[in-house]
Amino acid sequence: MSMNRREFLKIAGISTIAGLGSVSLFSRLQDKTLEAAPYLQNPEAMKARRWGMVIDVSKFRDEDYKKVIEVCHRTHNVPDFKNPKDEIKWIWTDTFKHTFPGQEHEFMPQEIKERNFLLLCNHCANPACVRVCPTKATFKRQDGIVMQDMHRCIGCRFCMAACPFGARSFNYRNPREFIKEENENKEYPARMIGVVEKCTFCTERLAIGKMPACVEAAPKGGLIFGDMDDTNSEVRKALKENYTIRRKPELGTEPSVFYVIGGNGYAVVPEKS
Amino acid sequence: MYNAGKIIFGLLIFLALVTFPFYNNIGKVSAKPEPKIDTPEIQKLPENERKCVEPKDFMRGEHMQMLNDWRDSVVREDNGIYMSSQGKQFNMSLQNTCMKCHSNKKEFCDKCHNYMAVAPYCWTCHIQPKENKS
Ligand code: HEC
Ligand code: HEC
Ligand code: HEC
Repeated sequence: MSMNRREFLKIAGISTIAGLGSVSLFSRLQDKTLEAAPYLQNPEAMKARRWGMVIDVSKFRDEDYKKVIEVCHRTHNVPDFKNPKDEIKWIWTDTFKHTFPGQEHEFMPQEIKERNFLLLCNHCANPACVRVCPTKATFKRQDGIVMQDMHRCIGCRFCMAACPFGARSFNYRNPREFIKEENENKEYPARMIGVVEKCTFCTERLAIGKMPACVEAAPKGGLIFGDMDDTNSEVRKALKENYTIRRKPELGTEPSVFYVIGGNGYAVVPEKS
Repeated sequence: MYNAGKIIFGLLIFLALVTFPFYNNIGKVSAKPEPKIDTPEIQKLPENERKCVEPKDFMRGEHMQMLNDWRDSVVREDNGIYMSSQGKQFNMSLQNTCMKCHSNKKEFCDKCHNYMAVAPYCWTCHIQPKENKS
């Protein structure tokens, strides 16, 4: 069979087109299998671009703090070592002077000077802990939560040195021996000796459409949690209507936890559904 | 040949000692592990749905990889649900999914792992189901 140059070029051209076409068709098919990746988000999950929290201090008495702390620590199997040196804390309290250092002065209201403030991980927009972690065990999720992957933590404690808020605790001892069996939350893991832990804004609850445990346990309107990127969210409303301060803003870590300090009567009280 | 008798005698003793483990175990087949699936949660399922997340053969060979993928997907990628190859959905959780069905860890996971001499370290943190000590 003989073939002239023109015929050869025709056949070559057509088969090139067919080849390219089938390549793109094939990759399209592959895309489809990608779409059906076996991992999905729960449709109930709470979503945000940047989670944040407003703490209205005037809503809390010391008993309320105690309750919130206990609920959080029970939910997450946080041990009680009965020894402040080894203490593990996800959420805790401290005085004005220690919470907002440099902002106290001798003429401020006695009530504020003496009262306690609720502290937890600030889930900073620019977290120092994430930058220093050598294993990426601590990282920033796309919803702004600074997460700690316990499976990767090697216990180097760089993050503890980096965090200016003392939000991280190290397990100097085996925590399992200090969680009473009847207090164990069997739905959530504990930790082991030699890892660092901290508040996660309850990622495991957000994933199934629940508010963080502290928010549920707090007095009405005491903890307002929501999307700081959404101008209509409760947090944004609270931020718009109240003068709020953050811890150590001068360090530039951009905390996502805000405090309403004064006992002003106009603090927003969102209806709990 | 010098001392042939002694050498042969020595060799015989040596052979006897070296092969001791073999003839000592003749006839004693070490039992293959038979993981038990008779837990309340599995018994509750209708007979034809007593199945794992994925087919049994896949689970047997790949469950460690699957658990690895689950934890990365949950902790690092904010996912929560696994869609199985059969199109069924499962909550991706070691404690709340695997161990709800396989609540007999000692008779199931441990049976195999002891036989294979693997000791997953997951249980230093993850809480095991309560079982009657047997
Ligand atoms: C809905 C209940 C259920 C859940 C959830 C479940 N399993 Fe299973 N699993 C079963 C049943 C039933 C079998 C036996 C299947 C069969 O015989 O076909 C099985 C079999 C297995 C086997 C194979 C056992 C053998 O004899 O070879 C392994 C390994 C296993 N499961 C591990 C897991 C792991 C790991 C998880 C969590 C990722 C899990 N299972 C979640 C019910 C469950
Ligand atoms: C059919 C036997 C069998 C059963 C049943 C079984 N496993 Fe395994 N598992 C194995 C084997 C074999 C390995 C080791 C594989 C290797 O080393 O490559 C393993 C490894 C693992 C690993 C990884 C350990 C490591 O150090 O890398 C995990 C995690 C694990 N199994 C969890 C489970 C859980 C949880 C269950 C019970 C729900 C279970 N397995 C039930 C056979 C089994
Ligand atoms: C240092 C403690 C620690 C060890 C060791 C550990 N985990 Fe975890 N794991 C956690 C914590 C804490 C979470 C919860 C993260 C969250 O959702 O907030 C978790 C979550 C998970 C999840 C997803 C959520 C869930 O409910 O199960 C899987 C799957 C998982 N781990 C598997 C494993 C496996 C498999 C091993 C052993 C090979 C293991 N983990 C060892 C602490 C640990």
